Amino acid sequence: MKRRVLSMGIGALALSACDDAPGEVQRGPDPNLPEPRRGLLPVMTIPRPAGWGNDLPVVPQGYTIQPIATDLRIPRQTLVLPNGDILVAEGSGGNAPPLRPKDFIAGVIKKLGRSSVAGGDRITLLRDADGDGIYETRGIFADNLNAPYGLALVNGGLYVANQDALVRFDYVDGQTEAAGPPRTITLLPSAINHHWTKALTASPDGRFLYVGIGSNSNITERGMDAEVNRAMVWEIDARTGAHRPYATGLRNPTALTFHPDTGQLWAVVNERDEIGPNLVPDYLTSVREGGFYGWPYSYWGQNVDIRAQPQDPEKVASAIRPDFSLGSHVAALGVDFSTPAMGAAFAEGVFVGEHGSWNRSPPSGYKVIFVPFRDGRPTGEAIDFVSGFLNREGNARGRPVGVTVDPRGALIVADDLTNTVWRVTPTSPRLGALPPGGTDGVQRR
Amino acid sequence: MVAVSTLRVVGRPLHPLQAILLAFPFPLFLSALFSDIAYTASFHVQWVNFSSWLIAVGLFFGAFALLWALVDLFRVEAHRRKRQIIYFLVLLSMWGFGFINALVHAKDAWASMPEGLYLSVITALLALVAAWIGYSRFKLGDAA
Repeated sequence: MKRRVLSMGIGALALSACDDAPGEVQRGPDPNLPEPRRGLLPVMTIPRPAGWGNDLPVVPQGYTIQPIATDLRIPRQTLVLPNGDILVAEGSGGNAPPLRPKDFIAGVIKKLGRSSVAGGDRITLLRDADGDGIYETRGIFADNLNAPYGLALVNGGLYVANQDALVRFDYVDGQTEAAGPPRTITLLPSAINHHWTKALTASPDGRFLYVGIGSNSNITERGMDAEVNRAMVWEIDARTGAHRPYATGLRNPTALTFHPDTGQLWAVVNERDEIGPNLVPDYLTSVREGGFYGWPYSYWGQNVDIRAQPQDPEKVASAIRPDFSLGSHVAALGVDFSTPAMGAAFAEGVFVGEHGSWNRSPPSGYKVIFVPFRDGRPTGEAIDFVSGFLNREGNARGRPVGVTVDPRGALIVADDLTNTVWRVTPTSPRLGALPPGGTDGVQRR
Repeated sequence: MVAVSTLRVVGRPLHPLQAILLAFPFPLFLSALFSDIAYTASFHVQWVNFSSWLIAVGLFFGAFALLWALVDLFRVEAHRRKRQIIYFLVLLSMWGFGFINALVHAKDAWASMPEGLYLSVITALLALVAAWIGYSRFKLGDAA
């Protein structure tokens, strides 16, 4: 299947749209931030769906990747249960009405880069009973949900963040199907839902749940009234449902997780578009209680965004600089800390799933990266862990979303373009599952 | 206009449909200008959404008026060609500025300002001139 990449803003009108050469993606604690720029048309590059054929995503030498579930209905986030079963949240949310002529046109274009499958609004359970890496059993754990995204299991409760509510199922080890409809813990802000994904994690002691709520616009173009209770992380009492803003100014916190040793909350956050290919870096950051991270008034600390009017210099002065740039427009949607079972080179650090850009040429993201940590902080260079999601023609074979580390030594990657769940494992001589040389470069199925 | 009554009117009146098409751009672009002013005064983003739609509809009908003017370029009698060319060019530049204005207004929130406001002034003025020429179907220079 050969389809051409759809590139816009590079035609006749692009003479005013020629931003600085995009160059390499800026990763690390101190990204270079160019001046904001935008031509008459935003730069749009929509890699079209291409399929895998006989290829597989590329993983480092010594690792192997296999699809463990296909033909899902828009898998987003996954959760590994204590018995090794995997839950997959499937769905598509958002009900933002097109507001301007632009919204109609942009909607049609962006749709070209997405799966045409309807969201499942369900949670699928995958089981590998004999531990051979093949998930032979598959069933529906729960359905009739509303665009479920974040998943967390704590103190016998399976919490699911729908696009409009945090709900709880009772869960006992080995269960394959929910006993009944879930109980609502609290409603979540869902009007418009421009950014609809509700990221979820639980505090290590299980007392609190943390939900990431994205902004209702790129940069306040739906008005400030639409941004009440948006662009923040809520802390929710698991028992009562009482909630409060835990940190604010986080434009779209799409995945949350706790550091296993320090007990610090971390998030990946997607930053604003349409001010250039190298603005604004999406980031990985520790989330400080009461912290304000800039949106909409400023980015990466105190860099003022004049598009948000009226301005608020006091808020800008209080804005916290994030910890680690993942690169502009990579669209990080998954984050999880590694374990030593993932192999020595990837023992300490965090995996980040990058869905990929529309507002950058060449595209960025479309991979899973690993950010090494030491003493609870990111350190050193990030490395590609799963790549090959863009083919040579620049079309998309898949788009990674949620990443989950299986403590037994596997990385689970949801792919919402090919509707597949991938599993990456260190090649273990004990299992002997792979032929020699089978982990080098593009693998054959 | 007192002067108008002293002029000798030549030629056919505008075709009713052409007149209706030409009736759209000026009020729409002028309204877009007012709503841009309201946005700059209030920062209330709904005003700039109004502007976007007003400009888009102005362009839609303006495009047909422009096409009609283009066709008329080849149909008009020789002695009225110059006036028709001016009319066409004004309408063309109105449409060109209006289109750029639409793209500028497609930027998010305050990113459309102040360029969008300036472009709305230019577009509304050009629409006014186009309507003025279009509706005054007399030979230029007859007044002298």
